[in-house]
Amino acid sequence: MLSAILSPELGRFALALSCCLASMQFALPLLGAARRRPGLMRSASGFAAAQLLALVVAFACLVVAAATDDFSVANVAENSAVLKPMLYKITGVWGNHEGSTLLWCLILAACGGAVAAFGRGLPDALRARVIAVLGGTAAGFELFCLFTSDPFDRAWPAPPDGQGMNPLLQDPGLAFHPPILYAGYVGFAVPFAFAVAALLEGRVDAAWGRWVRPWTVAAWSFLSAGIALGSWWSYYVLGWGGYWFWDPVENASLLPWLCGTALLHSAIVVEKREALKIWTVLLAIATFSLSLSGTFLVRSGILNSVHSFANDPARGVFILMLLALVIGGSLALFAWRAPVLAAGGLFAPFSREGSLVLNNVLLCSVAAVVLTGTMYPPFMSLLRGQAISVGAPFFNETAVPLAVPLLAAMAAGPLLPWKRARMRPLLRRLRVPGALAAAVLALGAWGLQGVMPVLAAALGVWVICGAVADIAGRVGWRRDPRTLPRRLRLLPRAALGAALAHAGAGVSVLGLAGMSQASHRIVEARPGDSITVGGDRWVLRGVADVAGPNYDARVATLDVYRGHRLVAVLHPSRRHFPAQDQTTGEVAIHTNLISDLYAVLGDEHPERGTVVLRLHRNPLAPWIWLGALLMALGGALSLSDRRIRVGAPTPARSRSRELRTPALEAAAAE
Amino acid sequence: MSTSLGRRRLLALSPLLVAGGAGIGFWRMLHGMSGGSFDPHDVDAPVLNKPVPSFDLPAQAPGRGFSAAELSGLRAPVLVNFFASWCVPCVVEMPALLALPSMLGRPLPVWGIAYKDRTEDASGFLQRSGNPYTRIAADCDGRTAIDWGVSGVPESFLIRPGGIVAWHTAGPLSSGMVTEELGPALRRIGA
Repeated sequence: MLSAILSPELGRFALALSCCLASMQFALPLLGAARRRPGLMRSASGFAAAQLLALVVAFACLVVAAATDDFSVANVAENSAVLKPMLYKITGVWGNHEGSTLLWCLILAACGGAVAAFGRGLPDALRARVIAVLGGTAAGFELFCLFTSDPFDRAWPAPPDGQGMNPLLQDPGLAFHPPILYAGYVGFAVPFAFAVAALLEGRVDAAWGRWVRPWTVAAWSFLSAGIALGSWWSYYVLGWGGYWFWDPVENASLLPWLCGTALLHSAIVVEKREALKIWTVLLAIATFSLSLSGTFLVRSGILNSVHSFANDPARGVFILMLLALVIGGSLALFAWRAPVLAAGGLFAPFSREGSLVLNNVLLCSVAAVVLTGTMYPPFMSLLRGQAISVGAPFFNETAVPLAVPLLAAMAAGPLLPWKRARMRPLLRRLRVPGALAAAVLALGAWGLQGVMPVLAAALGVWVICGAVADIAGRVGWRRDPRTLPRRLRLLPRAALGAALAHAGAGVSVLGLAGMSQASHRIVEARPGDSITVGGDRWVLRGVADVAGPNYDARVATLDVYRGHRLVAVLHPSRRHFPAQDQTTGEVAIHTNLISDLYAVLGDEHPERGTVVLRLHRNPLAPWIWLGALLMALGGALSLSDRRIRVGAPTPARSRSRELRTPALEAAAAE
Repeated sequence: MSTSLGRRRLLALSPLLVAGGAGIGFWRMLHGMSGGSFDPHDVDAPVLNKPVPSFDLPAQAPGRGFSAAELSGLRAPVLVNFFASWCVPCVVEMPALLALPSMLGRPLPVWGIAYKDRTEDASGFLQRSGNPYTRIAADCDGRTAIDWGVSGVPESFLIRPGGIVAWHTAGPLSSGMVTEELGPALRRIGA
């Protein structure tokens, strides 16, 4: 029934329609803003809403086709199967190149819709231009979707069953990873559109900084959560016991995050002090450019990665032309208009602004290092014909020394006043964090192995205590403790959010320090054998056959004893998927939030009656992702700040005028 | 303002120039990929079917180092495996390396080269993960790996008697790869 209405043909039509609407959304409001025609400018919101609606219909058509097993649709036939669980039929829609491109377009359209809905307070011309830029970008990607990666292509003759999905991707964590990650990537299109609009208008001021910041915070929070989810997935699905591999795909998501974090902070300076304006505009363009090039270069097959989408150089050429238009166009506009933008205010180097500049310099240096390491292999291969790889040692040796001063400055930055700071009050407020960090340094030097882990542990504590000191100072913790909850409630949510995000970064760093102390063993064991890893005694109870919905599994049962107490029973398994003739390992993890017990079942040797087991003990592992979650929550908390929702004074005035007019008319009528 | 407008124009132009250069590079890569002249996934070793490049590496505890001359002087085939303690896929392939004789049904010595690794890290890694190596050398600065055309760790090279590279794989060895690729390669060289 539903599939008769929401057919693939309707989907393709809706996609084409959304492309037309997006083109109008691009052209008409820009024309209106240039000619000062209010009617044309206001049409922007309507087009944005219509384009979003058309894409929702298109996406619904693809979801219906996947959910009802319509294998006449080539995309569904290649990526789904009758036996696949319903959850993965739906989430599998964005598990392949075509579907994820459609999801990308949908989120971009949703960004346009969000600016139309929440940006009522913006001046007409700015809002029209922002929505127009979003529309132009969306039109380009919808064309890409239509011409080179049409998810609605029919297959003839339709196969009786689909080819199924890569079993590695059949995982609840990964199912929701792409939408969250894409919301982050695409969300940076809004600051980008604001930057291009500002260049078109030739004006960047404090109000612009205030408008652009919530959008940046939202995109950044999604991207933080998305990256953390991806890293967590590779931790518990790939079963290597690692969480970050400096793989090109991972780097492609890290680059916009680093750049976006810098943008988040420099936009504060624009808002509060009207400085760093041109730099912030450039960062906004760079962040979205990195989001775009990252995701799409990975798919063109230029970057060699473990995550592979089907490669197609023809598709790559289309993407490259699109990137040249979006990135090249905006950078050309920047080269033309930025030099004549009014320069911002001046400030002393030792001040809040100064610390935010340091933050930007360090974050951008890390981004530059990661970019170099990621792009070096393909460019070397192109220029010198040499296949080389840049591995973890490069990134660890170059990015880590830059992260140390970044974390060191992170605790101090929020405690500094604007314009000009003095050293003595800062040192007084940093007494407690400093003492605690020094204590951790001493304890770590005694109990931890390696120099970096000790330093990371101390820096993690330093950053968390710095965030607490920031809030304690703001709330006046020495004053009457009875009114403390009330004072805490009155604190601006943006300040609380920032402190929470900083503390989250500290928690993640502590997790990294803990993970560096991980221990593991690979053993060949018989049922009944006991193995000692990191102080725990593991006993292999047995291995059994278990049948799943679309796989057969071999499941091992392991008891873990600490002393004489049974602390956990783990069931690592190996699943064989007959449809793809593929075997995946299912990691078993037991966590108490302080450390993870992590077990992987390896090959079996029936002739000797043994199995190979890989057993890990990962201290503080969950903190890595917990910290990222805190960062995202901090972003969300700061978004709920009343000051952001109320907006700038300009719209308030215009709205009160609108409100007053009918009243005056009513008065005149009397 | 101390910076003149001309300098500001030049500064504002630089991001476009950088992006343009990168764009041209990517375009050349895509062009080469469709023409077949450029393939980032082609990590076939340049030393395949050639004599091993000359080197002489110091020992890595708990093993004894070796040189190209020693490899060439062997009467039986040997598998040379580049690994590192910081490399996660190396942990993954360790069970396959340890089970090599039982999977192949014949002995095949494995000589390891620790790639860009601190010696104490590498020996700690072998203590924890098991040690499949007959001899172990340390390539601390990675120079030897460059001569071998190693594109990343782990990588394994099958050396036939006389020191010729007969087979190569980039990435972790799996039990399937051992029986389906390494075994036939061993039979091909008739050893």
